[in-house]
Amino acid sequence: MADNVSVEAAEAPSLADAGAGAVEAIKSKMYYLLVGVMAVLVVAGAAAGIHARLIGSLEAYGATREMPWGILISTYVFFVVTSTGLCLVSSIGHVFGVKAFTPIAERSVFLAVATIMSGFFVIFFEIENPFRMAIYNVISPNLTSNIWWMGTLYGAYMMFMAVEFYLLVTGKYRIAMIAGFLGVVSGVAAHSNLGAVFGMLDGREFWYGPFMPIYFIASAMMSGAAAIILFTWLGSKVTGNELDPPMRRALELTTQVGVLLITIILFFTIWKFIIGYAGGDAKKMALDSLIKGPYAFNFWVLELGSGMIIPLLLFIKSRGRQLGMMATASAMMMFGIFFMRYDLVIVGQVVPVQYELNVTEYSHLLSYTPSVHEIMVVLGGIGLAGLIFLLGEKVFDGHKTEAH
Amino acid sequence: MEQSPGTPEPSEPQEKRSVTEMERRQFLKLGLAITGVFAGGTILSAASVVDKVFATQDNFSEKYPYKPHYAMVIRQDNCIDCERCKAACAKANEVPPYGYRTQILQQVDPEAADRRREFIPVLCNQCNNPACTRACPTGATYKDKQNGIVMVDKEKCIGCKTCMSACPFNARYYNEETKAVDKCNFCFDTRLTQGETTTACAAACPAKVRIFGDLSDPQSEVFQRVHNIEKSVWVLRPETGVKPNVFYTKG
Repeated sequence: MADNVSVEAAEAPSLADAGAGAVEAIKSKMYYLLVGVMAVLVVAGAAAGIHARLIGSLEAYGATREMPWGILISTYVFFVVTSTGLCLVSSIGHVFGVKAFTPIAERSVFLAVATIMSGFFVIFFEIENPFRMAIYNVISPNLTSNIWWMGTLYGAYMMFMAVEFYLLVTGKYRIAMIAGFLGVVSGVAAHSNLGAVFGMLDGREFWYGPFMPIYFIASAMMSGAAAIILFTWLGSKVTGNELDPPMRRALELTTQVGVLLITIILFFTIWKFIIGYAGGDAKKMALDSLIKGPYAFNFWVLELGSGMIIPLLLFIKSRGRQLGMMATASAMMMFGIFFMRYDLVIVGQVVPVQYELNVTEYSHLLSYTPSVHEIMVVLGGIGLAGLIFLLGEKVFDGHKTEAH
Repeated sequence: MEQSPGTPEPSEPQEKRSVTEMERRQFLKLGLAITGVFAGGTILSAASVVDKVFATQDNFSEKYPYKPHYAMVIRQDNCIDCERCKAACAKANEVPPYGYRTQILQQVDPEAADRRREFIPVLCNQCNNPACTRACPTGATYKDKQNGIVMVDKEKCIGCKTCMSACPFNARYYNEETKAVDKCNFCFDTRLTQGETTTACAAACPAKVRIFGDLSDPQSEVFQRVHNIEKSVWVLRPETGVKPNVFYTKG
């Protein structure tokens, strides 16, 4: 890959248009700068995670006994939601045979692997004893545990997606379809189990119920649409390749998927609140913290504004054709959705489990602030996703899909 | 144990067996007593008083799936918050300063006519249907098949903290020393298997707030207090369906 670029740079002066060569050289520098920044983030994140392990999570992380899950869990959720979404939305083409979607397939599958790896990177530093997990998940499985199913199925999912990517790159589309199908099945199973990790905790009213697995799948597809549009656009900037008409058509359709899924999630959100407010005090208190409490900014501005409503309007306005507008909308979505996951995980724990005992110790909302170590690990995960994306664009030359 | 309905169905006695008029009247009176019960805002009657009246003793014992079926009765109004239980627990079980296996909560009612403050000792409820053991990916936390205590196998704990999120009682914490989630196990390894008959907290309590014993033994004090018709007995957060084995009463 380095060779590619040095060749480009060497050839630049010989080009008829020297200006274009200079632009290329600047772009190339930008590319390596970005790769460098991402690599630094990964190293810094890993260093923070290792340091946290050495000094202990009690000191290094902001999570507590009462709120055991913090930003590392929510970031893990963010990444695996994105991964599942990339897999599901792109599978419309490469698994379920809707031809117009196939141009996005290769990049989506590649990014699905990249984002699940980033999720694993973050969760590795969240889990206290990941090496025990590797052993006892195998020799001592608890089949009633959603965490067990999620971990196992995501392992399988990552394998299927990686195999599918290999098959797509090598042009074995028929077998790729089978791997892709297995990826979709394991991805949906894994992801709904992740929803159930929260939804089956009957002591946590904010999460409890069948809503979560359903919400997670729909929400994944919403994230997937945003990720496909954003990264296809970014990819074209990185490689300098213009998007061809079939790809533009695929993005137009992906935008429509995005519009549909945002609407569905808005619908889910509205009902979650209406039903929640008809419930008990503990649940109302959690919902209040989103509507008018400490998470109101996150909810109104980041989740709703940046994550759904403005992108919905931009998507509609773009008619799926104005790439810049669609990419902006998608970037806003991904930013907002990051906080959507954060709120989902954190607000589920802010009401103490003993709130309704009316005891002084647990009469107020709990609070959680991410620590520096936690934020570093999160940035490391983002860096890893970015790094793999950037390298992928060069190595696989913009994930061209002309052979489909 | 099985939860009795707050207001027993009048049809229920007919299904069991014939009862005398006296028993029936007693039963109805009891229903009123139970529904009238209130404590801490979240209460329910946990004691199977209906069964006490209408089932045979044998039936009743079968409701406790373990032998011994370890349980604790907490006489809430006797607690003076001296925290000797906490200290004894920490000492017996090497609980680090940043954690606890048992805690004393405080309920304050400034409007109350008489007593305005009450303390509620809390610990792991050793539930019959525990949320934590279901959620654990590796079976590191499990219900002991013999005595029903919710145990932790430290070696298997991956530290995902799902059990901590799952527990409706905040009974768990991550112990950095043992690299595993830690919780009350009724002093099983530190006392019960060492020849002691009660837990460190119960032994240390000067006010006899905590009564530990075998709920499957009708002669035990825990059994008799849980099945005392005169007194209301309740469990914490019954709506979660976890079926605690720590019972609360007064007097």
